[in-house]
Amino acid sequence: MTSSAAGRRRREALQGWMLLLPAVLIMLVFTVYPVFRSGYLSLFKYRMGKIPEYIGFGNFEQLFGNSTFWKVMRNTLEFALMTVIPSMILGLCLAFLVNRKGRHIGFIRSAFFYPSVMPMIAIASVWMFIYMARNGLFDQLLVSFGLQPANVLSNKDTVLPAMAVMYVWREAGYLMVFFLSGIQSINQDVLEAAAIDGATGWKTFRYVTLPLLAPTTLFVSTIAFTNCFKLADQVIIMTEGAPNNASSLLLYYIYQQGFTNMNYGRSSALTVIMLLLLMVFSLPRFFSQDRKIHYN
Amino acid sequence: MNAKKAGSLGVSLLSVVLGLIWLAPLFWLVSTALTETTFNMSFFPHSAFTFRNIRYVWNAVPFGQYYLNTIILVVVTFCIQFVTSTMAAYSLAFLNYRGKSLVFVIIFMQIIIPNDVLIIPNYLTVSELGLIDSKFGIMVPFLGSAMAIFLLRQHFKTVPRAFGEAAKIDGANLWQTIWRVYMPCAKPAYMSFAVISVSYHWNNYLWPLIVTRSPQNRPLTVGLAIFAKSKEADMQWSNVCAATLIIILPLLMAFFIMQKQFMNSFISAGVKE
Repeated sequence: MTSSAAGRRRREALQGWMLLLPAVLIMLVFTVYPVFRSGYLSLFKYRMGKIPEYIGFGNFEQLFGNSTFWKVMRNTLEFALMTVIPSMILGLCLAFLVNRKGRHIGFIRSAFFYPSVMPMIAIASVWMFIYMARNGLFDQLLVSFGLQPANVLSNKDTVLPAMAVMYVWREAGYLMVFFLSGIQSINQDVLEAAAIDGATGWKTFRYVTLPLLAPTTLFVSTIAFTNCFKLADQVIIMTEGAPNNASSLLLYYIYQQGFTNMNYGRSSALTVIMLLLLMVFSLPRFFSQDRKIHYN
Repeated sequence: MNAKKAGSLGVSLLSVVLGLIWLAPLFWLVSTALTETTFNMSFFPHSAFTFRNIRYVWNAVPFGQYYLNTIILVVVTFCIQFVTSTMAAYSLAFLNYRGKSLVFVIIFMQIIIPNDVLIIPNYLTVSELGLIDSKFGIMVPFLGSAMAIFLLRQHFKTVPRAFGEAAKIDGANLWQTIWRVYMPCAKPAYMSFAVISVSYHWNNYLWPLIVTRSPQNRPLTVGLAIFAKSKEADMQWSNVCAATLIIILPLLMAFFIMQKQFMNSFISAGVKE
């Protein structure tokens, strides 16, 4: 009796692992292994075609003494601040705006969301024409108001904000749907109770709705940060980091070091820094109450 | 009461105006793609509609080949993910064995660390496997999808256990049980996962750029970027817009037709792969 129960258990375990095998194998090779491999390679001087040579933290020391690296890090964090907070606020506002019933509401929601189903490079090529010097729409608009054309993509002070505007336009609609689902899952009884207690518009929003949206907001902030750290496509299309690395972001820099300079050691060190950044900004997921992010 | 009505009218009006602002770039894209090239990019269509740019671009760039590549990529990736994720999700949802929590750690790791940032080590792995410049090389890192496994497992869990046990008593084997009982019950999850997977791989650019070398394997996005940066495209907004329109049209149309399904999918997946 006991031995057959043990046999059944063993069979179940075998079956369980066999079913997992294909997916887990791929994830081990392309998600787990590369994390450790970047860490390992970051300790080597390693260029394409050369034999790797162990140099300890040499790659990191070189990076930390390199002004371009610090510029890229500053750009990445600045870009995150310029995009994450505005797109969250805008996403929240849009969610309240479209939280209605009506015949055309689906179309209005789509108008805000459609950039999320367009590839970043398509968005970048359209916005490149908007921002293009003189002949572009933005400069024409400036000229028609009697101002000087700005040529925003060639100016080191405006290139990052210009990309940020484009990205906020894309991301706000994406974040909107998460806020919308958060708003709609708020229990109507709570809002009614607030109304009975005499709370009106702004007060209900400030003291009832907004606190109830806190878990959604926390969750949205982690996806917003992750999304904006993994951006490189628009840099490749619009500027290639110009002028003078003013628009270079971390993933683009990894790509450039790895595939233009063929320096795998240094780009692995940069990957390690990227992984640390992602982990720090994903921490809220571990503490969040949101059902979506708990797997049990 | 009147104030309330005026307020709701104001909200409607504001959302329509903002919606139009959001649609403006798409409007420019379409109107530039379908009119004659001008020196200045213009706000409104300034000439009669023409398909000349579309025809020119279609013939100048092997878009037919790129389309085929993207479709193969998207379909094959989804089909393999469909099988691997269903198996893994069933295993995690219903079978008891040791070491499961380790698998959850791996799943969680992929959700936090998207494949997009692992381009360097994954490029080295793919080239060691001899898969550079192949369609399989583009697909392989995505064939075990944490998002899909997680989503399907959640849905499988909501299916009453009695359903599966009844099937077993009727003599169904494992595959029949999954196919006849669990998959039909998890249809919405499969739809969400399909939408996310297809839109991600239709739009993905950096990884295919790194892996491919030849037009035989390039997807649409890489083809568009090469065209947009080529000499023939220089300052030719109409042509670049026409090329862009060609590559975004199928997905965008699917989205506008099934907008509700798309938005719900993105919510329930919670993560872009």
